This record gives sequence, C-alpha cells and structure tokens, in this order.
Amino acid sequence: MKRSTRRRLTQGVLYAIFAAVILFVLLSADWGRIQPYFFNIDVARSAFPEILTIAAKNTIVYTAIAFVGGMLFGLLLALMKLSPVLPYRWLATGYIELFRGLPALLVIFGFAFAVPIAFQWQAPGGSVGAGLIGLIVVSAAYIAETIRAGIEAVPKGQVEAARSLGMGSTWTLVTVVLPQAFRIITPPLTNELVILIKDTSLLFIAGMAIGDRELTTFARDSLTNSANATPLVVAALLYLVITLPLTQLVAKLERHNKRGR
Amino acid sequence: MIPVAHAAPGTTAVPAIEIRALCKNFGENEVLKGIDFHVDQGEVVCVIGPSGSGKSTLLRCVNRLEEPTSGTVMVEGIDITDRETDLDDVRTRIGMVFQQFNLFPHLSVLKNLTLAQQRAKKRGRAEAVEVARRNLAKVGLSEKADAFPAQLSGGQQQRVAIARALSMDPDMMLFDEPTSALDPELVGDVLEVMKQLAREGMTMMVVTHEMGFAREVGDRVVFMDGGVVVEQGRPEDVLGDPQHERTKLFLSKVL
Repeated sequence: MKRSTRRRLTQGVLYAIFAAVILFVLLSADWGRIQPYFFNIDVARSAFPEILTIAAKNTIVYTAIAFVGGMLFGLLLALMKLSPVLPYRWLATGYIELFRGLPALLVIFGFAFAVPIAFQWQAPGGSVGAGLIGLIVVSAAYIAETIRAGIEAVPKGQVEAARSLGMGSTWTLVTVVLPQAFRIITPPLTNELVILIKDTSLLFIAGMAIGDRELTTFARDSLTNSANATPLVVAALLYLVITLPLTQLVAKLERHNKRGR
Repeated sequence: MIPVAHAAPGTTAVPAIEIRALCKNFGENEVLKGIDFHVDQGEVVCVIGPSGSGKSTLLRCVNRLEEPTSGTVMVEGIDITDRETDLDDVRTRIGMVFQQFNLFPHLSVLKNLTLAQQRAKKRGRAEAVEVARRNLAKVGLSEKADAFPAQLSGGQQQRVAIARALSMDPDMMLFDEPTSALDPELVGDVLEVMKQLAREGMTMMVVTHEMGFAREVGDRVVFMDGGVVVEQGRPEDVLGDPQHERTKLFLSKVL
C-alpha cells in the first residue's frame, strides 16, 4: 500500500471515530429535559440588556484594569528579579513565590477585608476596587515571570550592540530589549489575559453592589432568582464572545510582527 | 618583535588604543595573559590567531564589553577601566561590528541607524536620518532603508551594521570576525566596504581569518596564541616570513 493511501486511510478512520463520539453524546443527552432549564429562551431574554450593559461591561473593565495593573507591576518585579542588587532579587523572588502559591480567591478576600481593617485603609473603588488590587497582585506575580523569561530570551548580542553604540542601560532596555521581549512573550501574555478574564469572576468574594456585578456573579444571581440555569449558559457564551475575537486579534498582531524577526 | 609606529600624517602622538599588561580571566580560565598592544591613529591593525587565542576577548576589552581582570586600556588617552570615565561617551567614539551582525530585528534599517544617534548623541531626527542615509549610500544599500533586517542577506546585514557604527561618526572601528558568519560569496562585498574605510584613513582594529584582507589592507598584523601576542609586524613579514614556530604552524594551516 502506498504511504499516501495509508495516511488517507488512517485519517479517515480518525474522522469516523470523532464523528461517532460527537453523535453518541448528542443522541444520549436528554434534550427534552435539559432544554427548559438550560436553554430557555424566555429566561435568556429577561437577562438582557443588563447582562450586556452591566455584567459583560464590568467583566471587560475589570479585566482591563487588572491586566494593565498586572503588566506594570509585573514589569517592575521582573526588572527587580534581574537586578544586580541582591535584596531586590530576594524581594521579587519572595513576592512571586508567595502570590503564585496562594489561590487568587484568598488574596482577593484578604485585600477586600483583612488589609482595610489592618491598615485603616479604603481602596479606591470600594470593595470591588480592593478586590481588583488583589487580582492585580496575583496576576503581577505570573506576568513578572513571563516578562523575565522574555527579557532573558533576547540574545545577549542585542544588548552588546546597543551598549557599544553608547546607549545607556535604560535606553537599551526601553528601545531594544523590551520591544523584542514583548514580541517573544505575546503568546503567553495572551494566555495570562484570557485567564484574567475568567478570574474576574472571583471578585464576587469582595462583595458587590448590583451595578458592580460581572458576568458570573450576574448569572448566579439570575440563577437564584429564576431557578433556571439559562443565564449561566448566556454568560458562558458571552465569555466566548469576549475571548475569541481577542485571541484572533493577538494572532493577527503576531503574524504582523513576524516580519521583524 | 618589531613595534611599528607609523602615525598617519597630521595626527597627534596619542595612540587610538593603548593596552598595557592586560589580563582577563573567565573563572579559572586565563584568556589574556598580560597583553601589551596599541593601535595608532589612522592605522589598520589585523589580529589573527587560532580560535581560543583570546583575540576576540582582546577586542571586546577595548570598549569594555569584557571587564579586564587587570591592566589598563586607554582609548585616545582616556583610561576606560577607570570608574570615573563616562563609558557611554567613549563608546560613541568606538564603532563596533560583530560577527553575528546584531542588528535590531524589530526596527527598520533606517531606525537601526538613527536610534543610537538620537539616544546617545542627542541628535535631532532630521540630522540622524540624513547621517543614516549618507552611510547607507556609502555601504551601497540606500534602497534598503525601509527593509527589516530579516529581509536582508547576511552580507547586506553586515554592511548595515557597519553603516550603523559609522553613523555615530566614530574615531575608530573595531571588527570582531566580521565575515566569519557569512556565506563565502557574500564576504567580498563586506571586505570591499572595509577596504574603502581603510583608504579613507579610518583607525581600524580587525580580528579576522581573512589573510588576504590582512595582507592587502593591514598596516600591521598581530598574531596571538594562548592569550599572548606571539609576533607582530608588517603583513608581508608576519604572513610571508614568520619568525615563530607557532606562527608558522598556524599559517601553514590557514594559507
């Protein structure tokens, strides 16, 4: 048998198995029973427009704040970790190990309740603001490690070339190293962003006013009120509506940047 | 060993590069074992020797990409191992060309040439672009100003790297095996640019395996082996009539 024929045959078998599994799952589900509780059109309708104007909007706003904050703080931590000054390295390493090791939920809770009491401190933006700081603190720990890896992946010759042209270390970092580092880490940073979108659902632990609710909290409240799970399904679809275009955009950006490599 | 000092006419007596008793260790490994070395203004000095002889390390000590373990390195009379010296300022006067080109891949050719002019020499954008275009023309790549490094051949990239160094208006140029990473058919263009520079009177220190270039362009050839300068002199003497066994052995392998 020719190799191409054999390959086509194995591929055909794999497709057949895939189709069979999908068909089996679809046929064995009890659609009649699940439909009124999970795919109820009337309940879905009643979630609009608030699920867009409040919930989806808040998810996006929280994600943007947490990501920008996490990037800035994470960049600072990454630079500290690469610093020639030993105490800075210790501090950064200790911070990263601590906050990567703790569940985000507990950190958000801590910043929303323990920190304000301990330090007589009122976060900007109330309890959600305090929770967001917790989210920034956690995401910065992950992003710091990503950025550090990116900086270290830029070839040493790049720094040597910039320095031998007489550029100082700061300009070298800003104009030569970081632009290349961020290109290298675009895929893992996208990952962080997508994880962050979903982690905004943990902010509920900080306590939320009606207008502060993001997608998951909104959907859970609707679930309680209507005794119907359809709002959760709508929320799930909206998460996809947010993440999919975003990842597509980044992929496009990446292809565009390829010319410079 | 015959020290040949022939400063180009109209230059002062201060050597462009003067190195005394230079030692460099990488951990236990002694790479440079007490080098005395100088390059006069306007002189073209080619440093040859087997790999691991320390010639690249010597070159990299001149602009302190490598930190000397001991000894002094003077550039135009300024001690660059002195902590008080403004290293960035001295470096703008020393052009450096690397074996691996080290162009900035995320920037266009033109931006590669203007970046350090603007950041290190504080030139305005218009002036930087003008200088960049002049130097691109000099290396014969005017039409590549908007290209990105990845779109160029190795030889073109190295010529851009030379133009980038020249755009700082340096007093001297250091070349670290500039043609070693190139396909053989691309070596000629790069050497041609370097010859042109030498004809214009540029002070050059060239670590190279191109014996033809050393013979034709070099005012002096320095043979290094095992972290010491074994022999130096006029190219026709060192390459044509070597005095030391180690030089003879090396040349018998490469010529």
